[in-house]
Amino acid sequence: MASTAELTAGLEPAAASPRGAAAPIWLRLLALLIAAGFAVPLLWLVLRNLGGEGVVAALRGSGALAPLGRSVLLAGCTAVATAVVGTAAAWLTMRTDLPLARVWRVLLCLPLVVPSFIGAFTLLAAFARGGLLDRLLPAGISPGRIVGFWGAFGVLTLLTYPYVLLPVSARLRQLPASLEESARLLGRGGWSVFTAVVLPQTSGAILAGSLLVFLYTISDFGAVQLLRYDTLTRAIYASRLDQPTSLAYSLQLGVLAIAVVAAERALLRGPSRVVGSRDSRALRVALGRWRVAATAGVAGLAVFALAAPVTVLAYWSARGMLRGSSRATAVTTDPASLLAPMLNTARASVLTAVVAVVAVLPLAYWTVRYRSRLAGVANAVVVGGFALPGLVVALALVSFALRGPLLVASLYQTLPLLVFAYTVHFGAQSLRAAQVAVAGVPPRVGDAARMLGASGVRRFTEIELPLMLPGLLAGGGLVGLSVAKELPATLLLAPAGFQTLATRVWNATEDAFWADASLASLVLIALSGVLTWLLVIRRFDALD
Amino acid sequence: MIRPAILLLLLIALPACGIAEGRERLTIYSGRSQDLVEPLLERFNEDTGIPIDVRYGDSGDLALLIATEGNRSPADVFFSQSPGTVGFLASKDLLATLPDAALERVAPRYRNTEGRWVGVTGRQRVLVYNAELVDEAGLPDSVLDVTDEPYAGRVAVAPSNASFQDFVTAMRQQLGEDEALAWLQALAANDAPVYANNNAIVEAVGRGEVEMGLVNHYYNERFLAEDPSLPSRNHIFADGDIGALVIEASASVLASSDQPDDAERFIEYLLTDQAQRYFAEETFEYPLVDGIQPATELPPLASLNPPDVDVDALGPTFAETVELIDRSGING
Repeated sequence: MASTAELTAGLEPAAASPRGAAAPIWLRLLALLIAAGFAVPLLWLVLRNLGGEGVVAALRGSGALAPLGRSVLLAGCTAVATAVVGTAAAWLTMRTDLPLARVWRVLLCLPLVVPSFIGAFTLLAAFARGGLLDRLLPAGISPGRIVGFWGAFGVLTLLTYPYVLLPVSARLRQLPASLEESARLLGRGGWSVFTAVVLPQTSGAILAGSLLVFLYTISDFGAVQLLRYDTLTRAIYASRLDQPTSLAYSLQLGVLAIAVVAAERALLRGPSRVVGSRDSRALRVALGRWRVAATAGVAGLAVFALAAPVTVLAYWSARGMLRGSSRATAVTTDPASLLAPMLNTARASVLTAVVAVVAVLPLAYWTVRYRSRLAGVANAVVVGGFALPGLVVALALVSFALRGPLLVASLYQTLPLLVFAYTVHFGAQSLRAAQVAVAGVPPRVGDAARMLGASGVRRFTEIELPLMLPGLLAGGGLVGLSVAKELPATLLLAPAGFQTLATRVWNATEDAFWADASLASLVLIALSGVLTWLLVIRRFDALD
Repeated sequence: MIRPAILLLLLIALPACGIAEGRERLTIYSGRSQDLVEPLLERFNEDTGIPIDVRYGDSGDLALLIATEGNRSPADVFFSQSPGTVGFLASKDLLATLPDAALERVAPRYRNTEGRWVGVTGRQRVLVYNAELVDEAGLPDSVLDVTDEPYAGRVAVAPSNASFQDFVTAMRQQLGEDEALAWLQALAANDAPVYANNNAIVEAVGRGEVEMGLVNHYYNERFLAEDPSLPSRNHIFADGDIGALVIEASASVLASSDQPDDAERFIEYLLTDQAQRYFAEETFEYPLVDGIQPATELPPLASLNPPDVDVDALGPTFAETVELIDRSGING
């Protein structure tokens, strides 16, 4: 998953070899036009509603800031917990003689494939009557239920710690083992080496990861809605048809999100980047008597974050399919009814991936090949779309389509507007990949082709595009994966009758149809698992 | 290798672009859940050849959505869980007048006097309880008593659900604003468990998570049909009690519809004997068309003695009810 640090890294145009010349005018215009498209939701929100009396009144109302407090509390606690869990897991799997370290390295990344609302749903389903816990406990004892803050905190921590694990592991991979070895030779103990050498060297990665977790948590809607913890997103959703109130909350959330990204850029800038060397000798700390405890800890994490949710889903699906149902719409008796939502999810994902990659390509060229302040601004606009929670983007577009010029009204509740919302929200993920791909084309190749008389179009289609294609596909894949897992924007913007796997799961959870929701969840997890494997984990592991 | 993959992806994506093909699709906003009505809507599509797109959601949410969308609403038909929500839209002049042929299928008391909506099925408000945890003999005669000490924190509600909202509007009408607010505040003070909808409450009562809940009668009948071993049962409040309210699921055509003929055909379809039998047998509601019997598990509609409420008066104050519920603090 692209962290915002990676995403904002593209802001420094130094990544490539600028030729000093200004970008062609058509490229600049095209890129600016596209960036303007990305800015539409936020501009509309601000221009139309800022200073509106309703919004001000809603901000002044008693308790208007309580949801903000809860969002910050939940996100702060989750960020700290994931920093600890993710760093520990990264160190154990990268730097110690933990048994089966390679296997754990892959397994511990996998919770990424579980959307938060499905994680929350499995927590509810595990405790439900007829569920696994109900079966395992002696008769007469009701397993109760974990909801509210602790439920949301637990689910989000277990599902988002990979956002810390991945960058920290990558950093540890680069970190020369010689530093730690020297410390050891100087008589430092294991803990001391960790705090004196490893921690300072990885602090940037830890911070970047936990800030991403913070951002993810304040944007999350599904988990807090199902577990009933009243954060900002829940307040926005509850008041979504009362515009002044929902806009007041959206504004708070938008400002918070942008503040997080700004803080991240401020904190992570600077010369902290130690030149990494790819040391062939990997350092392996002997865990000794801690080996069993460490293995148990890592295994426990894998069980709670991965095995338990999947087991709960499999249990309910199997139970539903074996027992049957008298409901004509039951998914478990007619799994083929999932085909339409599957196709819709695939369509939305693929369309958005293609649109997003094509849209960001001009901007990628501009930022990578030429030095320009304006390009940096355009880049920031696209990254801003990623920082804004999906719920806020969607709400702004609903208002835009209903109150804006008549031309856009015809787009209301159509697939193009939904794809537009997804593109604005996730385009930054493909932008970073596109920038890497553009930077990967050696300028000399283009020069050679030019000297041989190839036209600009021909140089692009026959030389640069084939070279960039793998990178662009990966970027598009990341976007497609995010779209498949997206919930709140889909709920607000999907055309009537356009059900996706995510909304199908959602409706079934609201009705408490555990088996239906479980089966649809498994399909969604399998789909996102395949994509994640291809795009994130395999590439990450290939660095080994 | 890459090219065939891209072609395949485009093949998946392309059909989505061809939305505008063929006949104009009838857009239905359904406050009735997919689980309840989808088979019937599909039958309508097969019988008439009219293609449909359905947006499912909570009736109250959909009504507010239609009000927000105004004349830009893509909806042609609003099939609602509650007369309050359609009445709300009627009071904003967003609904068309229905043809007499449809209106006259049901008795005058089940339709709007101006013909803006027609009742499709009847449903009674009940207290669903877990028979393993609660003794029916001790259950209250009046819904007003569920805020008393013995029941504190034991009765679940779904305050964002339109059926509950209609019930509160009826309560305001019958007992006055102050008493309705006091009742809601007492619920909130008792920390009454809050759920998203009726289905979730009945499910929670069935598994013993909460002992009782205020819902419409037919949800439990459907759960029992699926799993007869469940301990959830319906308790009907005393004759004439506001808690024993009978409310209609209702249907209407939007004034902004660009295909009113198809929309009217849909309304008429819901009132055919065939559709009414579907509601009686599959969803355990009370058919409102004469001559169609309810499911054998239910007491006859005529034997119920619900409170006398002016359903036409439910709509115009629907938004105030939502505001009142918010103000009471029950939503947390």
